[in-house]
Amino acid sequence: MMDDEVEMVTIYVMGKRHRVPAGLTIMKAMEYAGHQFRRGAGCRGGFCGACATIYRTKGSYKLQGALACQKIVEDGMYIAQIPFSPAEKKTYNIEELRPDAGVFLEYYPEIARCLSCNTCTKACPQDIMVMDYVQAALRGDVEEAAKLSFDCIGCGLCAVRCPAEIVPYNIGQLARRLYSRHIVGPTEHVLKRVREIEEGRFDEEIEELKTLDREALQERYETRERRL
Amino acid sequence: MRLPYYPGCTLKTTAQNFEESALASARALGVELVELPRWNCCGTVHALAKDDVMHYLAPIRNLIRVEEMAESGLVDEKRVVTLCAMCYNTLKRANAVVKEDQEKMQKVREIMERENPYGGSVQVVHLLQVLRDLDWSKVADRVERPLKGLRVAPYYGCLLLRPRGFGIDDVDNPQVMERLLEALGAEVVNIPFKTKCCGAYHTVQMKEVVAELSHRILDQASSAGADMVATACPLCEYNLGPRQEEVKKLFRGFAPLPVVYFTQLMALAFGLEEATGFEQNDPDPRPALRARGLLKEES
Ligand code: SF4
Ligand code: SF4
Ligand code: FES
Repeated sequence: MMDDEVEMVTIYVMGKRHRVPAGLTIMKAMEYAGHQFRRGAGCRGGFCGACATIYRTKGSYKLQGALACQKIVEDGMYIAQIPFSPAEKKTYNIEELRPDAGVFLEYYPEIARCLSCNTCTKACPQDIMVMDYVQAALRGDVEEAAKLSFDCIGCGLCAVRCPAEIVPYNIGQLARRLYSRHIVGPTEHVLKRVREIEEGRFDEEIEELKTLDREALQERYETRERRL
Repeated sequence: MRLPYYPGCTLKTTAQNFEESALASARALGVELVELPRWNCCGTVHALAKDDVMHYLAPIRNLIRVEEMAESGLVDEKRVVTLCAMCYNTLKRANAVVKEDQEKMQKVREIMERENPYGGSVQVVHLLQVLRDLDWSKVADRVERPLKGLRVAPYYGCLLLRPRGFGIDDVDNPQVMERLLEALGAEVVNIPFKTKCCGAYHTVQMKEVVAELSHRILDQASSAGADMVATACPLCEYNLGPRQEEVKKLFRGFAPLPVVYFTQLMALAFGLEEATGFEQNDPDPRPALRARGLLKEES
């Protein structure tokens, strides 16, 4: 297909109209339109949660959430980035906590306001059962909350949509920390690796990497699996 | 008989002794209470505002789960059993409202969107009703250790009985717990305040209000010679039980009185002592039970 035959679609970024090639992700389309990402982009692979985006499509009243690096643009899409979701991060010493409902209510008492409206689940680009993990935490089922929230990448979309102003990803993170520290406990292979790091087993390799130039680093990266 | 069972949050946290004793005694009577594979908070309080559709989502979602569960063949009926009086009340009333008000049902459906529409086929009941339907003679037949000489004052509180039309029994003079206790061989102590409010959620902000209300109820039970009070609600249990610390501060000379769930007494009478969980009650009911010779002597 010739370049000038590429099918184009119209998108609106913060209200401004752009013609962009169909098939691009929201992130690439925005860059095509001249935007440069200083916030709101990280891994570009759907893992870091930095690129939370909300949008509406033509003819639909639905406000949808997506990761800009994953979602393909659609004709008539209205787009806004949410590079940061404001939320207080509580500090706690995980060693001192007990894995039960009381912990969640102590640090995030607003979870008792959950209406079971499921808005969070609908907003989640990871297809996580967000409502269900918040509810599991509320009844002290730490294991269930940890397992259901496992794929959370902290994009924040659930938190900006929750009518009860709950920050689900903080709940999920606390659940996973409680689960791994107090229910499963530290596993042998992790302890072994930590010991190795502390004993300086990887120091030499790290020092060497620090001296390499861009090309050499790239070569190492590309051949990483073969060298394992 | 396998019935769907909706636990609610409290049964999984502070009222585990209620759940454990209920499941064990129901099983002893051939009633398998099968927990909903997926459930959320009941909604805690019934929304009285007519346009408050948001607060119907939680209870109705649970009723959808009951329908799904019945369809998958996990249970034999769509009669969902509750233990907590608050859950019973919230689920029962939300169910009644949406069954009657098609417009509201439609709104709930639209907001839920992703769920299967609620078919309105679920019936919300409390375990006490299931027991009554079984027949008291069947309960009595199962008793291994009759609660002989144990004087128990049944206490209902509000949510199992009110508002009129939604209760499990007569709103002014309920008898279902009385019949159960008799079937278990206990002696029923009647107290006029058995349907008075315990203070409910005031326990969070106004402990003294609750302490005063609890004192009236407990004092009546003590004066009538009760060894303990039996309840069917975790919030009543908390307000009448652990809140006695506050009662003591307000009323000099107040003597503590144990408060237990009716299911704990049932488990005890059925010889399922390991499922009673009396060690979780405060004040401790075990000395009173021991005094009546109802606990196995500690080895
Ligand atoms: S649970 Fe919330 S923060 Fe986590 S991925 Fe889903 S929407 Fe993002
Ligand atoms: S959006 Fe908020 S209130 Fe609604 S189910 Fe999720 S956590 Fe609960
Ligand atoms: S940039 Fe990391 S998930 Fe999109």
